Amino acid sequence: MAAQSATASRSGLRSALPLLAPAYLWLTVAIFLPLSAMVFFSFMTDLPLSGKSWAFTLGNYAAFFSQSLYLTLLLASLRLGLEVTLWCIVIGYPAAYVLAKVLKGRSREAIFLLVILPFWSNGLVRIFSWAMVLREGGILDTALNAVLPFKINIDLMYSYPAVIIGLVHSYVPYMVLTCYLTLQAIDDSLIEAGRSLGASRLQVLKRVIIPLSMPGLVAGAALIFVPVVGSFMEPRILGGRTGTFYGTVIEDQFVAVFNWPLGAALSFILLAVVLVILAIASPVLRRAA
Amino acid sequence: MAGVQVSSVSRSFGAHKALDDVSIDFADGGFYALLGPSGSGKTTLLRQIAGFDFPDTGRISIGGESVERVPVEKRRIGMVFQNYALFPNMSVADNVAFGLSVRGEAKAVIAAEVQRALDLVQLGKLGGRRPHQLSGGQRQRVALARAIVTKPRVLLLDEPLGALDKALRVDMQIELKRIQREIGITTIFVTHDQEEALTMSDRIGILRDGRLVQEGPPEEIYDRPKSEFAATFLGDANIFRGDTTGNGIRLPDGTAIAAGAGATLAAGAKASCAVRPERIRIATDAGASDGDANTLKGQVSKRIFAGNNSTYFVERDGQTLKVIVQNTGADRLAEGQDVVLRWSPESTVLIAAN
Ligand SMILES: Nc1ncnc2c1ncn2[C@@H]1O[C@H](COP(=O)(O)OP(=O)(O)OP(=O)(O)O)[C@@H](O)[C@H]1O
Ligand SMILES: [Mg+2]
Repeated sequence: MAAQSATASRSGLRSALPLLAPAYLWLTVAIFLPLSAMVFFSFMTDLPLSGKSWAFTLGNYAAFFSQSLYLTLLLASLRLGLEVTLWCIVIGYPAAYVLAKVLKGRSREAIFLLVILPFWSNGLVRIFSWAMVLREGGILDTALNAVLPFKINIDLMYSYPAVIIGLVHSYVPYMVLTCYLTLQAIDDSLIEAGRSLGASRLQVLKRVIIPLSMPGLVAGAALIFVPVVGSFMEPRILGGRTGTFYGTVIEDQFVAVFNWPLGAALSFILLAVVLVILAIASPVLRRAA
Repeated sequence: MAGVQVSSVSRSFGAHKALDDVSIDFADGGFYALLGPSGSGKTTLLRQIAGFDFPDTGRISIGGESVERVPVEKRRIGMVFQNYALFPNMSVADNVAFGLSVRGEAKAVIAAEVQRALDLVQLGKLGGRRPHQLSGGQRQRVALARAIVTKPRVLLLDEPLGALDKALRVDMQIELKRIQREIGITTIFVTHDQEEALTMSDRIGILRDGRLVQEGPPEEIYDRPKSEFAATFLGDANIFRGDTTGNGIRLPDGTAIAAGAGATLAAGAKASCAVRPERIRIATDAGASDGDANTLKGQVSKRIFAGNNSTYFVERDGQTLKVIVQNTGADRLAEGQDVVLRWSPESTVLIAAN
């Protein structure tokens, strides 16, 4: 019986192989090769390309542990990732709920388009638009002063909140999309069943809707948290001097200082930390879901 | 427990009148079937009573308390949905416990009540399962247990057996009826299935295009339909159309049909007569006529044998009549044979033309 099912699954795998081959080939060429080159670099004293002599070293990894700056920046980036993810949940989940359960037909399509729009606009354009809105004498400042009777100074530019705003705006569509998909799959009759049993809207939300849409929340959080922790564009442009994060330091190594080995080593440390966090979080989240 | 009064309720969706001035009195403890073709407003009416939707005009009261503007969760109703609507993220026991737990009952009370409800639907041992591990009939039972465990005032069921196969359906009909009797709850049951409505309910309401066509005990609706629609929708009927003579009608070819029941109509108006197929006797000769019996000549065009009975289709003056004959062992008639149909005026219902 067991042997039989084993052969069955093996022959299933064999027939699937031709179908999987292109995907694996692509993964090898596009991800595995460059990534292994980077792993290789991260153990070098210098780039072999410039003709300088080089040797293998663990120094790049040691640098992370010898200078507390890197750890401080990594923690700041993790905190940034956490805050942006939370804001994306706070903004994205209700939006997804309204899209999936309240709006119908044309209005749903229109709002959906508005949510997806930041996705389609160029990242730099998006960030510089925010710069125009947030700076002193910018759009937000002018508009608020035109409406309010008293004078206030709004200058969010080059601050931590500006970085958060820019990142949340860039990443909230992921949360809306993943949550929309799981929310839409929840049958309306489940909500009605809950209410008919005496549960208020809030109780139905807490006990039925949120648990059932947990997979979407988790997927959205993972899709947002990981890239935000390594982000550098938004912190650099909107954060100015306050915008030094782990991601911007890595970027510096590649584009400014040309210390690719250190940059590579720092990225792999980040990758390891993120993987550990996801590994710890996943059983907890799976139980919640 | 309580009765439900629906008075002059109307509900429109855009220009479409889904409910048009519907009034029904659902007696306390009764089993009521709402019957009607697709789109006739059955679900809409149930949703007004449940409180998922609110009437444009009219009044609804449960147990004498006016509820038109009371939201669902405050109405203390129990609802069973066609697709069961069990919470997939909870065990069977947690599904059943849901209503008690949102109410904030003590854990021990909840556990005891849940076990009682599960025992009542004969699923006492399956509390730990997830809904997807149950069969269709078992899911339906869980949905029922979940709806009644909170001791609602009314039990509302929207085609609860629609997704089950025939045999299971009959089992569940019996089961549902048993449980309803046991707890004596006012029950409103939406169905497509006329047989289900006839066998299960104390009273039936027939809806058509948002209007209540007729309402009453199953026997009354079957024996005394007030419209051609009611006659043909609940069971089968042969319909004759003509002019009233006072106690029956005259067909266009001059044949008179006497009716012993139904509306009293002024002579000369258009009207119809309805006769159930099983009330007609079929014979090959004119035989001894019983004076007042209605008699028609025709020709058998088709016979369908169904074991305990046979259905004959008889052609008569361009109309196909249906006759059902019990299998008593008597000779069967052949297709193409000339026959005489006979039935009593008491089996004939006079209906005003619509
Ligand atoms: N939310 C709604 N918006 C617009 N029209 C609706 C809505 N709900 C029901 N209707 C319309 O009202 C009419 C009655 O619908 P209802 O669901 O009550 O029918 P039903 O008798 O339950 O039919 P079925 O046997 O197919 O379930 C239908 O024509 C339907 O299209
Ligand atoms: Mg319906």
